[in-house]
Amino acid sequence: MKGLVVPVVLIALAEIAARAGGPSDSTAPPSQVLVALAGALADGSLLAATRDTLTSAFGGLALGAGAGLGGGLALGLVRPLDRLMELTLELLRPIPSVAIIPIALIALGFGYRLEIAIVAFSCFWPVLILTRAAVRSVEPRLIEVARALRLSPGSAALKIVAPAAAPRLFVALRLATGVALVVAVTVEIAVNPQGLGYEAMMASQALRPALMLADLLWIGMVGYALNAGLLFAQRRLFPYASEAAR
Amino acid sequence: MSAPLIAFRAVDLVFGPVRVLGGLTMDVKRGEIVCVVGPSGCGKTSALRLASGLLRPTRGEVLFDGEPVRGPRRDVAIVFQDYSKALLPWRTASGNVSLALEAMHMARGRRPARIAELLARVGLAGAADKYPSQLSGGMQQRLQIARCLAQTPLALMMDEPFGALDALTRQTLQDEMLDIAQATGATIFFVTHDLEEAIYLGDRVIGLAPHPGRVGLVLDVHLPRPRDQVATRESAEFLKLRRALYDFIHTSERS
Repeated sequence: MKGLVVPVVLIALAEIAARAGGPSDSTAPPSQVLVALAGALADGSLLAATRDTLTSAFGGLALGAGAGLGGGLALGLVRPLDRLMELTLELLRPIPSVAIIPIALIALGFGYRLEIAIVAFSCFWPVLILTRAAVRSVEPRLIEVARALRLSPGSAALKIVAPAAAPRLFVALRLATGVALVVAVTVEIAVNPQGLGYEAMMASQALRPALMLADLLWIGMVGYALNAGLLFAQRRLFPYASEAAR
Repeated sequence: MSAPLIAFRAVDLVFGPVRVLGGLTMDVKRGEIVCVVGPSGCGKTSALRLASGLLRPTRGEVLFDGEPVRGPRRDVAIVFQDYSKALLPWRTASGNVSLALEAMHMARGRRPARIAELLARVGLAGAADKYPSQLSGGMQQRLQIARCLAQTPLALMMDEPFGALDALTRQTLQDEMLDIAQATGATIFFVTHDLEEAIYLGDRVIGLAPHPGRVGLVLDVHLPRPRDQVATRESAEFLKLRRALYDFIHTSERS
Protein backbone atom coordinates (compact mmCIF):
# COMPACT_ATOMS: atom_id res chain seq x y z
CA MET A 1 0.00 0.00 0.00
CA LYS A 2 2.95 2.33 0.65
CA GLY A 3 3.75 2.15 -3.06
CA LEU A 4 0.47 3.91 -3.83
CA VAL A 5 1.39 7.07 -1.90
CA VAL A 6 3.61 8.58 -4.59
CA PRO A 7 1.27 8.05 -7.57
CA VAL A 8 -1.78 9.28 -5.63
CA VAL A 9 0.03 12.44 -4.53
CA LEU A 10 1.34 13.04 -8.07
CA ILE A 11 -2.12 12.62 -9.57
CA ALA A 12 -3.62 15.00 -7.03
CA LEU A 13 -0.90 17.58 -7.78
CA ALA A 14 -1.45 17.16 -11.52
CA GLU A 15 -5.16 17.74 -11.03
CA ILE A 16 -4.56 20.92 -9.02
CA ALA A 17 -1.88 22.23 -11.37
CA ALA A 18 -3.86 21.55 -14.54
CA ARG A 19 -6.98 23.22 -13.14
CA ALA A 20 -5.03 26.23 -11.91
CA GLY A 21 -3.40 26.66 -15.32
CA GLY A 22 -6.69 26.78 -17.23
CA PRO A 23 -7.41 25.09 -20.57
CA SER A 24 -4.37 23.70 -22.39
CA ASP A 25 -3.60 22.12 -25.79
CA SER A 26 -0.87 19.88 -24.40
CA THR A 27 -2.08 18.60 -21.05
CA ALA A 28 -5.28 17.89 -19.14
CA PRO A 29 -6.29 17.24 -15.53
CA PRO A 30 -6.49 13.54 -14.59
CA SER A 31 -10.26 13.76 -14.04
CA GLN A 32 -10.79 14.79 -17.68
CA VAL A 33 -8.41 12.03 -18.82
CA LEU A 34 -10.63 9.51 -17.03
CA VAL A 35 -13.74 10.96 -18.65
CA ALA A 36 -12.06 10.75 -22.08
CA LEU A 37 -10.99 7.17 -21.33
CA ALA A 38 -14.55 6.19 -20.39
CA GLY A 39 -15.85 7.85 -23.55
CA ALA A 40 -13.35 6.14 -25.85
CA LEU A 41 -14.12 2.79 -24.20
CA ALA A 42 -17.87 3.38 -24.51
CA ASP A 43 -17.87 4.29 -28.22
CA GLY A 44 -15.77 1.22 -29.05
CA SER A 45 -12.93 3.12 -30.75
CA LEU A 46 -10.42 2.25 -28.05
CA LEU A 47 -11.36 -1.42 -28.03
CA ALA A 48 -11.09 -1.64 -31.82
CA ALA A 49 -7.64 -0.02 -31.66
CA THR A 50 -6.66 -2.40 -28.86
CA ARG A 51 -7.71 -5.33 -31.01
CA ASP A 52 -5.58 -4.04 -33.91
CA THR A 53 -2.52 -3.49 -31.73
CA LEU A 54 -2.78 -6.82 -29.94
CA THR A 55 -3.36 -8.67 -33.22
CA SER A 56 -0.08 -7.27 -34.54
CA ALA A 57 1.74 -7.72 -31.24
CA PHE A 58 0.66 -11.34 -30.77
CA GLY A 59 1.05 -12.19 -34.45
CA GLY A 60 4.59 -10.84 -34.43
CA LEU A 61 5.29 -12.46 -31.07
CA ALA A 62 4.15 -15.86 -32.34
CA LEU A 63 6.34 -15.63 -35.44
CA GLY A 64 9.38 -14.07 -33.78
CA ALA A 65 9.30 -16.08 -30.56
CA GLY A 66 8.59 -19.29 -32.51
CA ALA A 67 11.58 -18.73 -34.78
CA GLY A 68 13.71 -17.63 -31.82
CA LEU A 69 12.74 -20.74 -29.87
CA GLY A 70 13.57 -23.06 -32.75
CA GLY A 71 16.82 -21.25 -33.51
CA GLY A 72 17.81 -21.07 -29.85
CA LEU A 73 17.19 -24.80 -29.35
CA ALA A 74 19.31 -25.59 -32.41
CA LEU A 75 22.14 -23.27 -31.32
CA GLY A 76 22.02 -24.52 -27.74
CA LEU A 77 22.12 -28.19 -28.69
CA VAL A 78 24.43 -28.15 -31.73
CA ARG A 79 27.77 -26.52 -30.91
CA PRO A 80 29.18 -26.45 -34.47
CA LEU A 81 26.06 -24.60 -35.68
CA ASP A 82 26.48 -22.09 -32.87
CA ARG A 83 30.08 -21.38 -33.88
CA LEU A 84 29.08 -21.12 -37.56
CA MET A 85 26.30 -18.59 -36.88
CA GLU A 86 27.93 -16.56 -34.11
CA LEU A 87 29.43 -13.75 -36.20
CA THR A 88 26.38 -13.40 -38.45
CA LEU A 89 24.04 -13.17 -35.48
CA GLU A 90 26.25 -10.73 -33.60
CA LEU A 91 26.24 -8.44 -36.65
CA LEU A 92 22.46 -8.56 -37.12
CA ARG A 93 21.44 -8.37 -33.48
CA PRO A 94 22.42 -4.76 -32.73
CA ILE A 95 20.18 -3.40 -35.52
CA PRO A 96 17.43 -1.41 -33.76
CA SER A 97 14.10 -2.93 -34.75
CA VAL A 98 12.60 0.42 -35.75
CA ALA A 99 15.48 0.88 -38.20
CA ILE A 100 13.98 -1.81 -40.42
CA ILE A 101 10.73 0.20 -40.76
CA PRO A 102 11.85 1.81 -44.06
CA ILE A 103 12.71 -1.55 -45.64
CA ALA A 104 9.58 -3.20 -44.30
CA LEU A 105 7.44 -0.32 -45.53
CA ILE A 106 8.70 -0.66 -49.13
CA ALA A 107 8.41 -4.44 -49.04
CA LEU A 108 5.09 -4.80 -47.23
CA GLY A 109 3.18 -1.50 -47.36
CA PHE A 110 0.96 -0.22 -44.53
CA GLY A 111 -1.10 -2.58 -42.42
CA TYR A 112 -0.82 -5.68 -40.26
CA ARG A 113 1.94 -7.30 -42.31
CA LEU A 114 4.29 -4.36 -41.79
CA GLU A 115 3.72 -4.25 -38.05
CA ILE A 116 3.82 -8.00 -37.56
CA ALA A 117 7.13 -8.25 -39.43
CA ILE A 118 8.80 -5.59 -37.30
CA VAL A 119 7.43 -7.01 -34.05
CA ALA A 120 8.62 -10.47 -35.11
CA PHE A 121 12.12 -9.14 -35.82
CA SER A 122 12.23 -7.50 -32.37
CA CYS A 123 10.98 -10.56 -30.48
CA PHE A 124 13.23 -12.97 -32.34
CA TRP A 125 16.48 -11.80 -30.72
CA PRO A 126 15.74 -11.95 -27.00
CA VAL A 127 14.00 -15.30 -27.40
CA LEU A 128 16.87 -16.70 -29.50
CA ILE A 129 19.53 -15.64 -27.00
CA LEU A 130 17.59 -16.69 -23.90
CA THR A 131 16.56 -20.05 -25.37
CA ARG A 132 20.14 -20.84 -26.27
CA ALA A 133 21.19 -19.94 -22.72
CA ALA A 134 18.32 -21.97 -21.20
CA VAL A 135 19.32 -25.11 -23.07
CA ARG A 136 22.97 -24.61 -22.16
CA SER A 137 22.18 -24.10 -18.51
CA VAL A 138 20.44 -27.44 -17.93
CA GLU A 139 22.28 -28.88 -14.94
CA PRO A 140 24.90 -31.37 -16.27
CA ARG A 141 24.31 -33.55 -13.22
CA LEU A 142 20.70 -34.06 -14.33
CA ILE A 143 21.92 -35.20 -17.75
CA GLU A 144 24.12 -37.68 -15.88
CA VAL A 145 21.15 -38.88 -13.82
CA ALA A 146 19.34 -39.53 -17.11
CA ARG A 147 22.35 -41.51 -18.32
CA ALA A 148 22.64 -43.45 -15.06
CA LEU A 149 18.97 -44.43 -15.30
CA ARG A 150 19.43 -45.24 -18.99
CA LEU A 151 16.54 -43.05 -20.08
CA SER A 152 16.00 -43.08 -23.84
CA PRO A 153 16.91 -39.80 -25.62
CA GLY A 154 13.20 -39.06 -26.05
CA SER A 155 12.45 -39.72 -22.38
CA ALA A 156 15.43 -37.66 -21.29
CA ALA A 157 14.32 -34.72 -23.47
CA LEU A 158 10.75 -34.95 -22.19
CA LYS A 159 11.43 -35.69 -18.52
CA ILE A 160 14.69 -33.84 -17.91
CA VAL A 161 15.73 -31.24 -20.52
CA ALA A 162 12.32 -29.70 -21.31
CA PRO A 163 11.17 -29.20 -17.72
CA ALA A 164 14.64 -28.00 -16.71
CA ALA A 165 14.66 -25.33 -19.43
CA ALA A 166 10.95 -24.42 -19.23
CA PRO A 167 11.08 -21.76 -16.48
CA ARG A 168 13.75 -19.80 -18.35
CA LEU A 169 11.88 -20.20 -21.63
CA PHE A 170 8.80 -18.76 -19.99
CA VAL A 171 10.80 -15.77 -18.75
CA ALA A 172 11.97 -15.25 -22.33
CA LEU A 173 8.36 -15.34 -23.50
CA ARG A 174 7.35 -12.77 -20.88
CA LEU A 175 10.16 -10.45 -21.90
CA ALA A 176 9.31 -10.84 -25.57
CA THR A 177 5.64 -10.05 -24.88
CA GLY A 178 6.66 -6.72 -23.37
CA VAL A 179 8.90 -6.02 -26.37
CA ALA A 180 6.06 -6.94 -28.76
CA LEU A 181 3.66 -4.39 -27.26
CA VAL A 182 6.25 -1.60 -27.15
CA VAL A 183 7.34 -2.19 -30.74
CA ALA A 184 3.78 -2.50 -32.06
CA VAL A 185 2.81 0.85 -30.52
CA THR A 186 6.05 2.42 -31.75
CA VAL A 187 5.42 1.31 -35.34
CA GLU A 188 1.86 2.69 -35.11
CA ILE A 189 3.13 6.05 -33.86
CA ALA A 190 5.86 6.19 -36.49
CA VAL A 191 4.15 4.99 -39.67
CA ASN A 192 1.32 2.50 -39.45
CA PRO A 193 -2.13 4.14 -39.44
CA GLN A 194 -3.92 1.73 -37.07
CA GLY A 195 -4.04 0.64 -33.44
CA LEU A 196 -3.43 2.37 -30.12
CA GLY A 197 -0.28 4.22 -31.15
CA TYR A 198 -2.08 5.78 -34.09
CA GLU A 199 -5.05 6.74 -31.89
CA ALA A 200 -2.73 8.56 -29.49
CA MET A 201 -0.97 10.27 -32.42
CA MET A 202 -4.31 11.41 -33.90
CA ALA A 203 -5.50 12.78 -30.55
CA SER A 204 -2.23 14.66 -30.21
CA GLN A 205 -2.52 16.19 -33.69
CA ALA A 206 -6.17 17.09 -33.06
CA LEU A 207 -5.03 18.98 -29.93
CA ARG A 208 -7.13 16.76 -27.65
CA PRO A 209 -4.71 16.19 -24.73
CA ALA A 210 -7.28 14.45 -22.52
CA LEU A 211 -7.90 11.76 -25.17
CA MET A 212 -4.19 11.45 -25.95
CA LEU A 213 -3.36 10.91 -22.28
CA ALA A 214 -6.29 8.49 -21.99
CA ASP A 215 -4.75 6.46 -24.85
CA LEU A 216 -1.37 6.43 -23.10
CA LEU A 217 -2.99 5.43 -19.81
CA TRP A 218 -4.81 2.59 -21.58
CA ILE A 219 -1.60 1.37 -23.28
CA GLY A 220 0.05 1.27 -19.86
CA MET A 221 -2.89 -0.67 -18.42
CA VAL A 222 -2.83 -3.20 -21.26
CA GLY A 223 0.92 -3.72 -20.81
CA TYR A 224 0.58 -4.07 -17.07
CA ALA A 225 -2.27 -6.57 -17.41
CA LEU A 226 -0.32 -8.69 -19.91
CA ASN A 227 2.74 -8.86 -17.69
CA ALA A 228 0.70 -9.51 -14.56
CA GLY A 229 -1.18 -12.33 -16.30
CA LEU A 230 2.06 -13.93 -17.47
CA LEU A 231 3.67 -13.55 -14.04
CA PHE A 232 0.67 -15.23 -12.46
CA ALA A 233 0.86 -18.08 -14.99
CA GLN A 234 4.60 -18.41 -14.38
CA ARG A 235 4.17 -18.76 -10.60
CA ARG A 236 1.43 -21.30 -11.14
CA LEU A 237 3.34 -23.32 -13.72
CA PHE A 238 6.78 -23.22 -12.11
CA PRO A 239 6.33 -22.95 -8.34
CA TYR A 240 9.70 -24.61 -7.83
CA ALA A 241 11.71 -22.15 -9.97
CA SER A 242 14.11 -20.04 -7.98
CA GLU A 243 13.66 -16.29 -7.70
CA ALA A 244 16.81 -15.90 -9.78
CA ALA A 245 15.05 -17.35 -12.80
CA ARG A 246 12.34 -14.72 -12.58
CA MET B 1 35.60 -67.74 -3.01
CA SER B 2 33.16 -66.32 -5.57
CA ALA B 3 34.15 -64.00 -8.41
CA PRO B 4 34.32 -60.31 -7.50
CA LEU B 5 31.32 -58.13 -8.42
CA ILE B 6 33.50 -55.23 -9.55
CA ALA B 7 37.02 -55.78 -10.84
CA PHE B 8 39.55 -53.21 -12.07
CA ARG B 9 42.22 -54.84 -14.24
CA ALA B 10 45.31 -52.68 -14.90
CA VAL B 11 43.16 -49.65 -15.60
CA ASP B 12 44.75 -46.53 -17.07
CA LEU B 13 42.71 -43.36 -17.41
CA VAL B 14 44.25 -40.45 -19.31
CA PHE B 15 42.69 -37.00 -19.74
CA GLY B 16 44.80 -35.03 -22.22
CA PRO B 17 48.20 -34.62 -20.59
CA VAL B 18 47.02 -35.94 -17.21
CA ARG B 19 47.34 -39.58 -16.27
CA VAL B 20 44.58 -39.86 -13.68
CA LEU B 21 44.83 -43.59 -13.05
CA GLY B 22 47.81 -45.80 -13.83
CA GLY B 23 47.56 -49.54 -13.59
CA LEU B 24 44.74 -49.56 -11.07
CA THR B 25 43.90 -53.13 -10.08
CA MET B 26 41.39 -53.86 -7.33
CA ASP B 27 38.34 -55.99 -6.57
CA VAL B 28 35.08 -55.41 -4.78
CA LYS B 29 33.46 -58.58 -3.58
CA ARG B 30 29.75 -59.31 -3.65
CA GLY B 31 27.92 -57.81 -0.68
CA GLU B 32 31.01 -56.02 0.54
CA ILE B 33 31.27 -52.38 1.64
CA VAL B 34 34.49 -51.01 0.18
CA CYS B 35 35.51 -47.47 1.03
CA VAL B 36 38.00 -45.74 -1.26
CA VAL B 37 40.04 -42.90 0.19
CA GLY B 38 43.03 -40.92 -0.95
CA PRO B 39 44.43 -37.41 -1.26
CA SER B 40 42.70 -35.12 -3.74
CA GLY B 41 43.72 -35.88 -7.29
CA CYS B 42 44.20 -39.59 -6.61
CA GLY B 43 41.38 -40.49 -8.99
CA LYS B 44 38.94 -41.97 -6.48
CA THR B 45 35.91 -40.32 -8.06
CA SER B 46 37.16 -41.33 -11.51
CA ALA B 47 37.37 -44.94 -10.30
CA LEU B 48 33.74 -44.72 -9.16
CA ARG B 49 32.68 -43.26 -12.50
CA LEU B 50 34.52 -46.05 -14.34
CA ALA B 51 32.78 -48.71 -12.28
CA SER B 52 29.45 -46.93 -12.87
CA GLY B 53 29.92 -46.85 -16.64
CA LEU B 54 29.97 -43.03 -16.79
CA LEU B 55 33.59 -43.15 -17.98
CA ARG B 56 35.57 -45.55 -20.18
CA PRO B 57 39.13 -46.59 -19.31
CA THR B 58 41.92 -45.55 -21.67
CA ARG B 59 43.58 -48.95 -21.19
CA GLY B 60 42.79 -52.03 -19.16
CA GLU B 61 39.28 -53.07 -18.25
CA VAL B 62 36.64 -52.72 -15.60
CA LEU B 63 34.44 -55.77 -15.07
CA PHE B 64 31.04 -55.83 -13.43
CA ASP B 65 29.67 -59.25 -12.59
CA GLY B 66 32.30 -60.73 -14.90
CA GLU B 67 31.42 -58.60 -17.93
CA PRO B 68 33.26 -55.50 -19.21
CA VAL B 69 31.42 -52.29 -18.23
CA ARG B 70 30.12 -50.65 -21.41
CA GLY B 71 27.91 -47.99 -19.89
CA PRO B 72 25.59 -47.30 -16.99
CA ARG B 73 23.37 -50.19 -15.89
CA ARG B 74 20.04 -49.97 -14.11
CA ASP B 75 21.16 -52.46 -11.46
CA VAL B 76 23.98 -50.10 -10.50
CA ALA B 77 22.76 -46.97 -8.73
CA ILE B 78 24.83 -43.83 -8.30
CA VAL B 79 24.47 -41.54 -5.29
CA PHE B 80 26.03 -38.18 -6.18
CA GLN B 81 27.52 -35.85 -3.61
CA ASP B 82 25.63 -32.78 -4.86
CA TYR B 83 22.15 -34.06 -4.04
CA SER B 84 20.53 -30.69 -4.72
CA LYS B 85 21.69 -30.85 -8.34
CA ALA B 86 20.91 -34.51 -8.82
CA LEU B 87 17.23 -34.17 -7.87
CA LEU B 88 14.57 -32.84 -10.24
CA PRO B 89 13.45 -29.56 -8.64
CA TRP B 90 10.11 -29.64 -10.51
CA ARG B 91 9.12 -33.02 -9.08
CA THR B 92 8.02 -33.77 -5.54
CA ALA B 93 9.81 -36.37 -3.43
CA SER B 94 7.40 -38.99 -4.80
CA GLY B 95 7.99 -37.78 -8.35
CA ASN B 96 11.75 -38.03 -7.95
CA VAL B 97 11.53 -41.63 -6.79
CA SER B 98 9.04 -42.27 -9.56
CA LEU B 99 11.63 -41.22 -12.17
CA ALA B 100 13.65 -44.37 -11.47
CA LEU B 101 10.54 -46.56 -11.59
CA GLU B 102 9.54 -44.95 -14.91
CA ALA B 103 13.04 -45.62 -16.25
CA MET B 104 12.55 -49.25 -15.28
CA HIS B 105 9.17 -49.34 -17.05
CA MET B 106 7.22 -50.25 -13.94
CA ALA B 107 3.47 -50.18 -14.61
CA ARG B 108 1.86 -46.90 -13.51
CA GLY B 109 -0.55 -48.61 -11.15
CA ARG B 110 2.19 -50.38 -9.23
CA ARG B 111 4.30 -47.28 -8.65
CA PRO B 112 2.50 -45.56 -5.71
CA ALA B 113 2.89 -48.50 -3.33
CA ARG B 114 6.55 -48.93 -4.22
CA ILE B 115 7.20 -45.18 -3.86
CA ALA B 116 5.59 -45.16 -0.41
CA GLU B 117 7.67 -48.14 0.63
CA LEU B 118 10.93 -46.56 -0.57
CA LEU B 119 10.22 -43.18 1.04
CA ALA B 120 9.38 -44.93 4.32
CA ARG B 121 12.62 -46.91 4.02
CA VAL B 122 14.65 -43.65 4.19
CA GLY B 123 12.37 -41.93 6.72
CA LEU B 124 10.64 -39.58 4.28
CA ALA B 125 7.11 -40.99 4.51
CA GLY B 126 5.79 -37.60 5.64
CA ALA B 127 7.54 -35.64 2.89
CA ALA B 128 6.09 -37.38 -0.17
CA ASP B 129 4.48 -34.22 -1.56
CA LYS B 130 7.33 -31.84 -0.74
CA TYR B 131 9.61 -30.41 -3.42
CA PRO B 132 13.39 -30.87 -2.95
CA SER B 133 13.78 -27.14 -2.22
CA GLN B 134 11.50 -27.65 0.80
CA LEU B 135 13.72 -30.39 2.24
CA SER B 136 16.87 -30.08 4.36
CA GLY B 137 20.20 -31.27 2.96
CA GLY B 138 20.02 -34.53 4.87
CA MET B 139 16.49 -35.18 3.63
CA GLN B 140 17.48 -34.39 0.05
CA GLN B 141 20.30 -36.92 0.25
CA ARG B 142 17.90 -39.49 1.73
CA LEU B 143 15.60 -38.81 -1.20
CA GLN B 144 18.39 -39.42 -3.68
CA ILE B 145 19.19 -42.68 -1.88
CA ALA B 146 15.51 -43.68 -2.10
CA ARG B 147 15.59 -43.04 -5.86
CA CYS B 148 18.70 -45.23 -6.11
CA LEU B 149 17.07 -48.00 -4.06
CA ALA B 150 14.13 -47.87 -6.50
CA GLN B 151 16.53 -49.40 -9.02
CA THR B 152 16.84 -52.46 -6.71
CA PRO B 153 20.57 -52.18 -7.29
CA LEU B 154 23.12 -54.95 -7.02
CA ALA B 155 25.62 -52.21 -6.24
CA LEU B 156 25.40 -48.69 -4.85
CA MET B 157 28.08 -46.29 -6.05
CA MET B 158 28.37 -43.52 -3.49
CA ASP B 159 30.54 -40.52 -4.35
CA GLU B 160 31.27 -38.63 -1.12
CA PRO B 161 27.54 -38.75 -0.40
CA PHE B 162 27.71 -37.21 3.07
CA GLY B 163 30.55 -34.76 2.44
CA ALA B 164 28.28 -31.72 2.27
CA LEU B 165 26.28 -32.52 5.41
CA ASP B 166 26.85 -31.31 8.96
CA ALA B 167 28.60 -33.71 11.33
CA LEU B 168 25.52 -34.95 13.22
CA THR B 169 23.42 -35.49 10.10
CA ARG B 170 26.38 -37.26 8.53
CA GLN B 171 26.56 -39.76 11.41
CA THR B 172 22.82 -40.39 11.24
CA LEU B 173 23.00 -41.08 7.52
CA GLN B 174 26.04 -43.32 7.98
CA ASP B 175 24.05 -45.54 10.32
CA GLU B 176 21.00 -45.48 8.05
CA MET B 177 23.19 -46.50 5.15
CA LEU B 178 24.61 -49.43 7.12
CA ASP B 179 21.06 -50.55 7.94
CA ILE B 180 20.10 -50.35 4.27
CA ALA B 181 23.22 -52.25 3.23
CA GLN B 182 22.40 -54.99 5.68
CA ALA B 183 18.73 -55.16 4.72
CA THR B 184 19.29 -55.19 0.96
CA GLY B 185 22.62 -57.01 0.77
CA ALA B 186 23.75 -54.49 -1.85
CA THR B 187 27.44 -54.16 -2.58
CA ILE B 188 28.65 -50.68 -1.74
CA PHE B 189 31.48 -48.77 -3.39
CA PHE B 190 31.94 -45.73 -1.21
CA VAL B 191 34.27 -42.86 -2.07
CA THR B 192 35.11 -40.44 0.72
CA HIS B 193 37.84 -38.09 1.88
CA ASP B 194 36.83 -38.66 5.51
CA LEU B 195 39.20 -41.36 6.81
CA GLU B 196 37.19 -42.11 9.95
CA GLU B 197 34.03 -42.43 7.90
CA ALA B 198 35.80 -44.96 5.67
CA ILE B 199 36.84 -47.12 8.61
CA TYR B 200 33.49 -46.78 10.36
CA LEU B 201 31.51 -47.95 7.31
CA GLY B 202 33.83 -50.30 5.48
CA ASP B 203 34.56 -53.99 5.41
CA ARG B 204 37.70 -52.91 3.63
CA VAL B 205 39.33 -49.54 3.05
CA ILE B 206 41.37 -49.02 -0.10
CA GLY B 207 43.78 -46.10 -0.09
CA LEU B 208 44.74 -44.74 -3.50
CA ALA B 209 48.13 -43.13 -4.05
CA PRO B 210 48.15 -40.18 -6.48
CA HIS B 211 49.93 -39.22 -9.76
CA PRO B 212 48.83 -41.53 -11.26
CA GLY B 213 46.11 -43.08 -9.11
CA ARG B 214 46.82 -46.65 -8.02
CA VAL B 215 46.25 -48.82 -4.98
CA GLY B 216 48.60 -47.81 -2.20
CA LEU B 217 47.09 -49.51 0.82
CA VAL B 218 44.38 -52.07 1.58
CA LEU B 219 43.06 -52.34 5.13
CA ASP B 220 40.74 -55.13 6.27
CA VAL B 221 38.38 -53.77 8.89
CA HIS B 222 37.45 -56.39 11.45
CA LEU B 223 35.34 -54.14 13.65
CA PRO B 224 32.20 -55.94 14.84
CA ARG B 225 28.78 -55.05 13.38
CA PRO B 226 26.43 -53.44 14.10
CA ARG B 227 28.79 -50.54 14.59
CA ASP B 228 28.23 -47.78 17.09
CA GLN B 229 29.13 -44.15 16.59
CA VAL B 230 30.66 -43.89 20.07
CA ALA B 231 31.91 -47.35 21.03
CA THR B 232 33.26 -48.30 17.60
CA ARG B 233 35.14 -45.05 17.18
CA GLU B 234 36.71 -45.46 20.65
CA SER B 235 37.90 -49.03 20.14
CA ALA B 236 41.60 -49.82 19.98
CA GLU B 237 41.19 -51.50 16.59
CA PHE B 238 39.54 -48.37 15.14
CA LEU B 239 42.32 -46.14 16.44
CA LYS B 240 44.98 -48.48 15.07
CA LEU B 241 43.40 -48.44 11.61
CA ARG B 242 42.97 -44.68 11.79
CA ARG B 243 46.67 -44.24 12.55
CA ALA B 244 47.66 -46.51 9.65
CA LEU B 245 45.38 -44.63 7.24
CA TYR B 246 46.56 -41.17 8.34
CA ASP B 247 50.19 -42.25 7.96
CA PHE B 248 49.48 -43.53 4.47
CA ILE B 249 47.69 -40.35 3.38
CA HIS B 250 50.40 -38.08 4.73
CA THR B 251 53.15 -40.09 3.06
CA SER B 252 51.38 -40.21 -0.29
CA GLU B 253 50.53 -36.51 -0.18
CA ARG B 254 54.18 -35.66 0.26
CA SER B 255 55.39 -37.93 -2.51
